[in-house]
Order: sequence, then structure tokens, then C-alpha cells
Amino acid sequence: MSAPERQAITRRALAIGAATGIYGISFGVLSVAAGLSPAQTCAMSLLVFTGASQFATVGVIAAGGSAAAALAPALLLAARNGVYGLSLVPVLRGRPASRALQAQLVIDESTAMARAQDDPAAAHHAFLATGLSVFLFWNLGTLAGAIAGSGLGDPRRLGLDAMFPAAFLALLAPQLRRPGAPVAAVSGALLATALVPFTQVGVPILFSAFGVIPGLIVLRRAQVAA
Amino acid sequence: MSWTALLALAAGAYVLKAVGPVVVGNRQLPADVTQALELLSVPLVAALVAVQTLDGGGKLVLDARVPALGVAAVLVWRKAPFPVVLLAAAATAALLRL
Repeated sequence: MSAPERQAITRRALAIGAATGIYGISFGVLSVAAGLSPAQTCAMSLLVFTGASQFATVGVIAAGGSAAAALAPALLLAARNGVYGLSLVPVLRGRPASRALQAQLVIDESTAMARAQDDPAAAHHAFLATGLSVFLFWNLGTLAGAIAGSGLGDPRRLGLDAMFPAAFLALLAPQLRRPGAPVAAVSGALLATALVPFTQVGVPILFSAFGVIPGLIVLRRAQVAA
Repeated sequence: MSWTALLALAAGAYVLKAVGPVVVGNRQLPADVTQALELLSVPLVAALVAVQTLDGGGKLVLDARVPALGVAAVLVWRKAPFPVVLLAAAATAALLRL
């Protein structure tokens, strides 16, 4: 990895981080609107540090669900970080303590940047630079959003409840290009909707995970056909 | 949300991230498992879209959130920036509720 290559990676990492900061602001506003305190909101971004799970947690709580009901779907959403972590095993070097610290930075963006590099040194630099940049901006954004959100009035009158599904839709759209993903999405949405009248808040989201099965069947067929 | 629940979520999320780098080392998961885990977020996020739009406290309702989601969908399709999508959805719902 040459010095210009290294700088190019760092610049991209900063751009990605800055973009994530905007999501962080949105998260901060929505979390406070859901009833979490600014301190809890910031603690979540520091300690949980995985966007989709955080949005899901405050979404379920905003809808009147208990924290326990929010936990299971949030952790299921975080399961993909486990896959990312596995795929990054060759990239994450260093002693066990150092790897344990780096593990907190295993998220969508850092994984994608690391995987896009050819040599291991570049991959490690891309992982660290992106992970740290996203961590910094995500938490700054959260803090700003939590402070700004505390000054807002009734969340429903301002339409903040309509921001949740819009946020999830924006997070979902880029994932729909993969084979099997549209079927998995429709199955999950229908399953969850059907369960709303009969179950506690959070349970429909949990059961929507079964929507992955028709998705995998379609994916398998696409692979066989290819 | 209690601090206990928040810390439990943080611990769970961290364990998932750390399984690869700290616990598993260089062993590889079967390709089937990897694919299933990668696709898992899709039905969950889609379900969040549906439930957050239609859930009116344990029953299905059609209210201002539905047209707000429609506006958001058009903006997502037109590749509008994330904050624009959110603000447009909120503005749509707020205006319909005036």
C-alpha cells in the first residue's frame, strides 16, 4: 500500500463517517422522541454501536413495547455483524486485547471498506479508518440529535412517528438488489403485519425472521440456475 | 428503557461482533449459514417498515403514516438523502394531522 493509496482510503473513510453522522443525528432525535433520556441515547450509540439495531430498539419502544420486547429483534439485526466479524478474521490483526477492542468497530461500513481492498495491510487500514471515523461521527451526531430532539414538542403532532418507517425503508432499499431479498422482505412484512393484532409489541418483528426461508429458497434457485 | 436492558443490548451486540475476531479465530462457517445470516436483516427491516406504519396500539390502522411512507418511498426511489426522506415523511404526517 503506497502513501497516496493510504490517503485515498482515509479520505473515503472520513466521507463515509460524515455521512453516517447524519444518520446519527436522526437516531438521536428519534431516540429522545421515543422517551429515552439523552444520556441513554448517547450510551446506546457508544456501547451498542450498530445502527439498524439501535433504530429497531427505539422504534419498538416508541410503539409502546417493553425494552425486553425490543431486545430480541435488535439482537437478531445485530447477528449480521457476527458474519462480518468472521469474514474479517484474516484482517483483524494484533493481540487478543487489541482484537477485542477492534471488534466493537465491526459494522456494515468498516466491513465493506475492508473487503474492497486487495492487500491485507490496506484492508486493515480501511477497516480501522472507517470504523473509527464512523464511530466518531455517529456518536457526535447522536449527541447533537439528542440535544436538538429534547427541545421538540409532541412527537406525533410533528409527525416523528412517521420518520421511523421512512428510516427503515431507506435502510432496506439498498439491500433489495440481492437475489431472494425482495421475497424475504415481502414475507417478513406480511408475517409481521398479520401478527400485530394478536401479539405484544416486538413479537411480530421477531417472527418476521422466518421470512428469510422463502428468500433463501429463491436465492438457492438463482444459484442453481446460474 | 432501563439501563439494565440497554447494557444487555450492548453486551449482546458486542458478543456478536467479537465472535469472529476473538472466539472463532480462523475457522470458517458453512456457506449456507453465512448466506442465511446475511439475508436475515432483510425480512426484519421490512417488518419494521410495515409494523411502524400500520400498528395502532395492537390493532392495524391506516392513518397519516401511510401517505407519509408513500412520500418516503418515492424519495428513496429517487435516491434522496436520508435526512430529506425522514423530514418529508414527518412533514407529510404532520400536515395531514393539522
